[in-house]
Amino acid sequence: MSELPSELRYLETHEWVRNEGEGIATIGITDHAQDALGDVVYVELPEVGSTVNAGEEAGVVESVKAASDIFSPVTGEVIAINEALEDAPETINDSPYGDGWFFKVKMADPAELDGLLDADGYREAAGE
Amino acid sequence: MAKRTPLYDAHLKLGAKIVDFGGWDMPLHYGSQVEEHHQVRRHAGVFDVSHMAVVDIAGSDSLPFLRHVLASDVDRLKTIGKAQYSLMLNPRGGVKDDLIVYLAGESRYRLVINCGTAAADVEWLREQSCAFGVDIAPRPDLAILAIQGPEALARVRAVACAEAGAAIDTLSPFSAAQVGTWFIARTGYTGEDGVEIILPAEKAVDLWQRLLAVGVAPVGLGARDTLRLEAGMNLYGSDMDETTSPLTANLGWTIAWQPQDRDFIGRAALESERQAGPRQKLVGLVMEARGVLRAHQTVTCDGVAGQGEITSGTFSPTLGYSIALARVPVAFEGTAQVDIRGRQVPVTIVKPCFVRHGQAVVNQE
Repeated sequence: MSELPSELRYLETHEWVRNEGEGIATIGITDHAQDALGDVVYVELPEVGSTVNAGEEAGVVESVKAASDIFSPVTGEVIAINEALEDAPETINDSPYGDGWFFKVKMADPAELDGLLDADGYREAAGE
Repeated sequence: MAKRTPLYDAHLKLGAKIVDFGGWDMPLHYGSQVEEHHQVRRHAGVFDVSHMAVVDIAGSDSLPFLRHVLASDVDRLKTIGKAQYSLMLNPRGGVKDDLIVYLAGESRYRLVINCGTAAADVEWLREQSCAFGVDIAPRPDLAILAIQGPEALARVRAVACAEAGAAIDTLSPFSAAQVGTWFIARTGYTGEDGVEIILPAEKAVDLWQRLLAVGVAPVGLGARDTLRLEAGMNLYGSDMDETTSPLTANLGWTIAWQPQDRDFIGRAALESERQAGPRQKLVGLVMEARGVLRAHQTVTCDGVAGQGEITSGTFSPTLGYSIALARVPVAFEGTAQVDIRGRQVPVTIVKPCFVRHGQAVVNQE
């Protein structure tokens, strides 16, 4: 079974979100997702300053095998993107919960986090 | 239940990600497809391609039979061991399969065909053989290992018996030699030097282990696909099939038009198409912008009517950007656009060969 940190919340579509406090959330994709995708070669991230909506498309991750949409688990303004992924997309494979993060959001409503899956819920949803 | 090669357990032991490929459980990769790709371009890798089917053709009419069912002319194989890349066509000139045919001995030939088409191919060959004195023998008792890369020959020599080693030293490209139980062919599907060894299934695991022991990297079907695409080689079922003619699949060169009285299956249809002029062509596409070209994306070209379609697309690990094969109207040239999720992304149309022997060879069409 792949790694699933218990402090994170998850979407069934394989994104994770970390509550950084002060209304800030960091978003990435799960270990299970990077493993299923294989070598990641390209990632398309939202623009800083743009608004993302919970459950809606916020970017694309492409591996040698396939392209996959990234959905934002929360609503809010994008305040940072992981620019290092442009030159080193393989970081997503190497460190999906660490250096392989995608973007940070200033959440419109931090209570949205409560409605997301916890590690056990995701494990079940992902059929792991 | 999916079919498995003799190396299935060996793949599992290496942590392979197993996928279904044409009804076979095959290794996609053993960790990193990109790393496996680089191993083949820079050193040596071994592929289990035992899912491909070997069919031996023997009998006094072998030569006229194959001259009838194949678009190449096997009469041009003059010495034992010589090979041709060839197509088996239907009467409409569509590609039933692509294959390699070897002259294996006096009135004996060996075909290596694709796994997904194998059953239909054998049935087709048997139907066509009524008027010919031939014996058509599928060989499920054999396994195939492909060892490819600049160091492939040296590594194989290191694990081969003296006689096989000597044979490898003298083997010219696109020819084969039978040494004991090994049928050694200097062929491949990567654009690198190397050999494909056809051997009894029960001997496959031992050879696999010995190759890994001398530093040959196990390589899955994922890297096989990126390697063949960089080399500009077609994949049956993606870049051509029963509905496409060789003339629109960049495979016209495989057809032997001479002698004119050789009546091979599909000839009449191809002659008409050639006379009328094919309306489409298979080209290479290069996209240096970020993103990845994928099969079935639409290709358009400013000022030219019609549209084309990508037949195979991928990220090229050697070049560091995306490449593709696409079937487009013949008038397409220079720059084109590919529709990627609603965005029109510029691409360059090139000859369908991107990398050979580890080097980039991108040339404008």
